[in-house]
Amino acid sequence: MDFRDSPEEAAFRARLRAWIAEHNPGLPASSTDDEYWARQAEWHTALYGAGFFGLSWPRRFGGQELPSVFDVILDDELAAAGAPPRPSLGYLVQGITTHASDAVQERFLPGLISGRERWCQGFSEPDAGSDLAALRTTARRDGDEYVIDGHKIWTSYSDVADWCFLLARTDPDAPKHKGLSAFAVPMDQPGIEQYPLRMINGITKEFGQVVFDGARVAAENMIGKPGEGWRIAMTIVSHEREPGEVGYVSRYLKTAKDLEAKVRRSPDAFRSDQREAVAWAFVEAEMLRLHVRRRLSERLDGVDHGPGGSVDKLLMTWTEQAVGHAALAVSGSQAVVDGDDVALKIYLYSRAQSVMGGTSQIQKNIIAQRILGLPTG
Amino acid sequence: MDTRDTPEQAELRSSAGRLTRELGPRSVADLDDGKRSRRLAEAVRDAGWLELRHDGGDGLPFASGVEAAIIAEALGEAVADVPFAGPVLAADLARRAGAAPIDGAVVAFAPDLVDAAVVSGSLTDVPLHAVDAAPGGRLVAYALTPDGEGYRLASIETDAADGGADLTRNVRAIPPGLPVRPVADASRALDRDDLDAWVALGLALTSADLVGTIRGVLDASVGYARERKQYGVAIGSFQAVQHLLAEAHTLMEGAASVAAYPAWAADALAPAEARGAGRVAKAYCARAARTACETAVQVHGGIGNTWDCMVHVHLRRALLSSRWLGDDGEMLRQLGQTRLGVTHGLS
Repeated sequence: MDFRDSPEEAAFRARLRAWIAEHNPGLPASSTDDEYWARQAEWHTALYGAGFFGLSWPRRFGGQELPSVFDVILDDELAAAGAPPRPSLGYLVQGITTHASDAVQERFLPGLISGRERWCQGFSEPDAGSDLAALRTTARRDGDEYVIDGHKIWTSYSDVADWCFLLARTDPDAPKHKGLSAFAVPMDQPGIEQYPLRMINGITKEFGQVVFDGARVAAENMIGKPGEGWRIAMTIVSHEREPGEVGYVSRYLKTAKDLEAKVRRSPDAFRSDQREAVAWAFVEAEMLRLHVRRRLSERLDGVDHGPGGSVDKLLMTWTEQAVGHAALAVSGSQAVVDGDDVALKIYLYSRAQSVMGGTSQIQKNIIAQRILGLPTG
Repeated sequence: MDTRDTPEQAELRSSAGRLTRELGPRSVADLDDGKRSRRLAEAVRDAGWLELRHDGGDGLPFASGVEAAIIAEALGEAVADVPFAGPVLAADLARRAGAAPIDGAVVAFAPDLVDAAVVSGSLTDVPLHAVDAAPGGRLVAYALTPDGEGYRLASIETDAADGGADLTRNVRAIPPGLPVRPVADASRALDRDDLDAWVALGLALTSADLVGTIRGVLDASVGYARERKQYGVAIGSFQAVQHLLAEAHTLMEGAASVAAYPAWAADALAPAEARGAGRVAKAYCARAARTACETAVQVHGGIGNTWDCMVHVHLRRALLSSRWLGDDGEMLRQLGQTRLGVTHGLS
């Protein structure tokens, strides 16, 4: 057990720190301001261009094949500098590298990793949320193409995406988990319309709804085999639940440290319960930072696509919501007299974490049944 | 950076698990089985675990905080009724003071159990507590006496009676008025760094014990939820029960991740930083353990509230491990002082 940087890791950290000092775009927190979403692509390509993104992914797709623990260093340094978090798309990379043919990997991974091509994820539907396998979007074979009809929701970055990682029903006669397939669908076509969703904190640029009405996708853009969609989706959501994959730790630590700094400027202006909320937010964020170190160290033994992601997701949720509560506590009356208060937005945004990527209740079902081995009801 | 166990650490973890499972109590009645508990104490001594923090040369301990925490976790998991963290912390303090270890000695703690006792005069002036001492007989407890900026190691001898809420570890009350004598061979004064590093180790060991306690009580509860039937089905098939256990499991994983850091940091980082890591770990583990143990009592239902059900043995152990060297409230108060610049405490 060694938490220290190796000489290679230390050299990487030093280079990274120097680069961030010069290139930190100083974006507002992702959870509070549309400007973050508008400029996120810029940050992605800048990080990638400087050699600081896609660290653990295959070299032939633009990655660097470094051990996953290098992402820990990236998160550390981004948090310390108050820079935006790394782009959250590791789970799509895991889905494609685990299931797609070589040709599909070669076609899509370089653009995804470099940020040259932007992606959104078309899984959830208005009537298929927690019960994802009930989704009704169809993909009907028509010559060398599939024709897509349906309605997707909670589609992050749908307004800027070049591609949609779409889950659709290709076999209406198969049992509901077996009739699904995955596709890379080009977003720029007449059969697709997308609408922004306004979240409870006022953000409009993160989530969208996408309506497919006779949209077309080449059959060769299928990811994995026909009927493999559910397995692919499960690989993706297991990693979408991992803070090590989505890189949010730096966001939580930055907010926790900002709150600490605010209290430190005039400690006597805060009640003991407000200070305790801030101290607890720091404890949770530190726990998550150390948990990610442990998980990414375990990857030295190989990547696990199992149910452990649900544990990670719950820990991440509790952390984000502790940070949200601390922000609200420290803001005091400001959060209710000023509708644009940043702490208010951080708090309201944090409520989504126990829903997105699978609700906390779904995670607990998975932990109880697949990790603890409790009987299904 | 690689936070996995080394092969030696993995081997230590599995052998500690085997030993404590074999000799630890499996029922409340087992706690009265003196033959078993003596075998456990002998096995712990023979394994050399009590010497992990003795001087291994150049004033450095034989083993790091990581190895000591591995043992503490295994003992917590088995609710093993044998002294470990108490004598290990005493030996660690003696080593830092340059003194030879006294077999069976523990550290006397202030009435709130947070800090090692500091005694200014030649007699104890308030009731002190010897935590995790061997039961019965004459006991040597270390205390600190002020010496300029630092402290000198001193000792108290007592026949104080066994006691405490934890049925697996002793808290012996040391009365006021007992002589406090300098430890003759303590050649070094203890400075702030010594005490920070020592406290860091203490927070790491109590946190590790809590991680083990959570694991043990959760295993028992999951097993019970699979067996116990109501409405004709196992209660573990009910979502309400599943969610309680899933939360406790998740808290255990978070606790394990956060507790490993001070165990490593106690020897590897600057003492103040290591102590800060210890505060974070202890705050998290104390809250997690209380929730997990309360969940265990709840899942065991009426039986869980009876003396003969093991889960209160875990809960009681968690209460002592949490309180000893500072519970979550105390840790948050200290984090308020060190990180938020609060000078008059959080309350």
